[in-house]
Amino acid sequence: MTPEALASTKLEEHADPEGFVARLLAERDGAPGTLLSVLHDIQDKYGFLPETALRTMSSRFGHRLIDLYAIATFYRSFSLKPRGKHVVAVCIGTACHVRGATAVVEEFERRLGVKAGETTPDGEIALETVNCLGACALGPIVKANGRYFSNVDAAKVEGILSGIRVEHPPTRERVAAAQAT
Amino acid sequence: MQRLESVASLESLREPLVAQRRAERPTIVIPAGTCGRASGAERLIDAAKDALGAGRQNVRLRVTGCHGFCQMEPSVLVEPSRTFYPNVAPEDMRRIVAAAERGETLDDLLFQDPDTGRAVRCQDDLPFYAKQVRTLLSWNEQVDPTDIETYIGVGGYGGLAKVLRRGDPSWILEKIKSSGLRGRGGAGFPTGIKWELLAAQPNGRGKFVVCNADEGDPGAYMDRSLLEGNPHAVIEGMLIGACATAATEGIVYVRNEYPLAIEHLGIALKQAREAGLLGEEILGTEFSFNIVMVRGAGAFVCGEETALIRSIEGMPPEPRQRPPFPIQKGINGKPTGINNVETWANVPVIVEKGVRAFANVGTKKSPGTKIFSLVGKIKRTGLVEVPMGMTIAELIHDIGGGAVNGGTVKAVQTGGPSGGCIPAGFFHLPIDYDSLSEAGSIMGSGGLIVMDDRTCMVDVAKYFMRFLKDESCGKCFTCRKGTQRMYELLDDISAGRGDLEKLDLLRELALTVQDASMCGLGQTAANPVLSTLHYFHEEYVEHIENKRCPAGCCKPLITFSINENCKGCGACARACPEQAVSGRKGERHTIDPAKCIKCGACRNACKFDAVDVT
Amino acid sequence: MINLRINGIPVSVEEGMTVLEAAKFLGIPIPTLCHKEGLSPYGACRLCVVEIGERDKAELVSSCTYPVQEGLAVRTASTRVLRARRMILELLLASCPQSKTIQDLAAAHGIRRQRFKQEYEDCILCGLCVRMCSEQMQAGAIGFRSRGESRSIGTPFDVQSEVCRLCGACMYVCPACSLRCTYNEPEKAICGACANLQLPCAERNGHDDMMCYMDPCVACEISKS
Repeated sequence: MTPEALASTKLEEHADPEGFVARLLAERDGAPGTLLSVLHDIQDKYGFLPETALRTMSSRFGHRLIDLYAIATFYRSFSLKPRGKHVVAVCIGTACHVRGATAVVEEFERRLGVKAGETTPDGEIALETVNCLGACALGPIVKANGRYFSNVDAAKVEGILSGIRVEHPPTRERVAAAQAT
Repeated sequence: MQRLESVASLESLREPLVAQRRAERPTIVIPAGTCGRASGAERLIDAAKDALGAGRQNVRLRVTGCHGFCQMEPSVLVEPSRTFYPNVAPEDMRRIVAAAERGETLDDLLFQDPDTGRAVRCQDDLPFYAKQVRTLLSWNEQVDPTDIETYIGVGGYGGLAKVLRRGDPSWILEKIKSSGLRGRGGAGFPTGIKWELLAAQPNGRGKFVVCNADEGDPGAYMDRSLLEGNPHAVIEGMLIGACATAATEGIVYVRNEYPLAIEHLGIALKQAREAGLLGEEILGTEFSFNIVMVRGAGAFVCGEETALIRSIEGMPPEPRQRPPFPIQKGINGKPTGINNVETWANVPVIVEKGVRAFANVGTKKSPGTKIFSLVGKIKRTGLVEVPMGMTIAELIHDIGGGAVNGGTVKAVQTGGPSGGCIPAGFFHLPIDYDSLSEAGSIMGSGGLIVMDDRTCMVDVAKYFMRFLKDESCGKCFTCRKGTQRMYELLDDISAGRGDLEKLDLLRELALTVQDASMCGLGQTAANPVLSTLHYFHEEYVEHIENKRCPAGCCKPLITFSINENCKGCGACARACPEQAVSGRKGERHTIDPAKCIKCGACRNACKFDAVDVT
Repeated sequence: MINLRINGIPVSVEEGMTVLEAAKFLGIPIPTLCHKEGLSPYGACRLCVVEIGERDKAELVSSCTYPVQEGLAVRTASTRVLRARRMILELLLASCPQSKTIQDLAAAHGIRRQRFKQEYEDCILCGLCVRMCSEQMQAGAIGFRSRGESRSIGTPFDVQSEVCRLCGACMYVCPACSLRCTYNEPEKAICGACANLQLPCAERNGHDDMMCYMDPCVACEISKS
């Protein structure tokens, strides 16, 4: 099963996707920013925006699918594909950049074999760049699974990666399932 | 928190809280904003709670937002003595608590000034803090952002009380106008005039006031620390603004990349609602007003007014042409006034403490203070709040301590991707809206990126174009294609594929992008290119004619090598991710150019200045 | 009535008109690319920019979206305007050289070369097809996605749209090429209407030297079968 297939079954697991979306819309009661916040809620719950969720919002609740798709693809926070289990975000803000963030990004790309914005083929690690995490005095900054690492250079990348792998070893079944595609 | 039914009940709640503060019990203050947590403040907080749990009822703990000296975190501030302990280890917490209770100082844990070699005890005497005027940031030391009572205990919501007692919107407008407060988001538009225009719009159909907390400039994090550390200041500011302009709804649009700010603002809004400071019939008056938080989703263009409005409306955030202006036709066609976080936070100060307290500092045309994020290649980095009109030199040398690692400061970049680079020769200029734009940059939101002789200005321009071509909404042909083509030309130049004609084309293109694009993003996109071309023309020419990068930055043009300073310690070899460094212990090492990926880890590891980049 | 001056000539028009419409009324030519009467103005191509304001407050704005104002002074061919138009046309040629509309515009302004790296795109993102589909046909089958240099036009999730009525209006309005469809797999095509339309590339037999920048393309694939 591909990571996509794995993730789409998660939405089917939810007994009532229409109800879920309806509840989210009702919670905000039409307040300004409702659409954005519903998309955030869906993204937070599933780790991405499943196609079925957007189609439900369109067919059941009257938003044009073309508009939802435009919004989902415009913003960097939203993803239409499932992201890796572990998210490694390298800050490439100006302060981090002048302190050598580019070298850090390149080292991650080399070691993981993917480009920033992609997920490793086994679905484990998603590498991202962020335009500013707001911790500029400690740059270059890397945020891995919510943990911050400061003053990172190419030499520290391996340590960060092995830390992730140790804390969350990929299960044999997941790896086998991903490789069985 | 019980609902406050009147202004009088707010004051009766306030009195004992203020008295408690005046009692001046020893307090351990731990700054735990995002930077603080990234440096391990949470472990420190746990250690403090441990130490206090062991029967020390006399000492209190206050967990706050950023104090600004981020590289010293996790740090501890002891009140009321104002003793500052930098880079504290959790093991030292017991000692600190014990010393605080006895009113003593731990000399071995104090900040050691590397320039004088002497210890500095009091936070206000540290060179980093000494010249600051911390009108807003001082609250970050006083307030626990998750507890509304700490805000009330230092006078919070007193401005709102004043305004509600008077019941006169024109009084508020006069105050803000005469204060001379200018928008702190970067444009510097007089806030009083903006509010006056909003107030003049017809009522009855709904009116919005918005706090723009999108803070998209990379390298700027002033708004993050204000929102994390003292969200009630923004809430109070918006309440006062709503009273002045008859706004019916408030929105805070927060950047999604600031999870702690979102959390703290959410808590603050909830507590304010519970206390009856937001919602219907606030403090028993006829004034009703609510604030809703909207999370951004990772788009720099949403910092632009009209794009922000579209984002809130649930549309793709493409800016639209003005006129009509948001004041006349904003969210859902209703009048909308948008201000920056720092602007809103200044409002309670002006209303409660008075115009003179605010305008006493700063310059005539740019009164008040401004918070800057002093980052990059500078020795003392963090958030600083200084009077408008302080010179760049004072900020960089007196407060910032000059360049890091013995380099020389070459330029300072202000205004983010919409701004420009100001070379060292112009550091005598005062920091205010007009002087900076005359020098070819803009004040911007407050990011000050310091660059040294190892920063390549061609690379800086390229960096900003890479950012802008990704963040451009893509609607305008000149902005979308222009940023893309400018990046292409800069990439060619930085890789040694440039010629002088390409340099002329770059300038011509930049001017067209500036002229013909519709919104602020496109119109200012050319600034990084034009300002570096103007002030650092020789660097561009060096890349083109001699295929050389003087700063040692552009990878295709540089080689790493080891010189005779090498002591053979092997630190570089251990740091190298590609095993490109070889050599015997005690002997001069060498770098294999075939394996070298030019990441710079060896140079960072070397303590003897033995790695050359040519 | 609103009174303004275009190139020094006074003109009186109704409130709500745009500067472009007022200029047309006077017979003053302003080049456009993303503008079409009957569709809402968009202001994407920037070719219709004119200069308004005085001295250091002078700025360029797109005339198709700028509403007429009392006392406005408009200059449709100042140095700044011409400089911008020429660079915009150079950029257009650098992206989409095979479009006859763009070639004609460039020739009319005396532009004979472009100095950038040559690209061969078939879309300049003017949005005419999107607005045609949304406003005229009330379908909304195609739209913009993503942003910046990744911005493109297509259907949601890149599959055939359920609301597309195969009218071909998107192809009809396109100034970059007369072929709106950008897919080369028939099952992913926006619609199959190109099989029914008379397009130059479908008659390639008589046009050996014609440059086809989409190889293969749906029209070719469908006509093969």
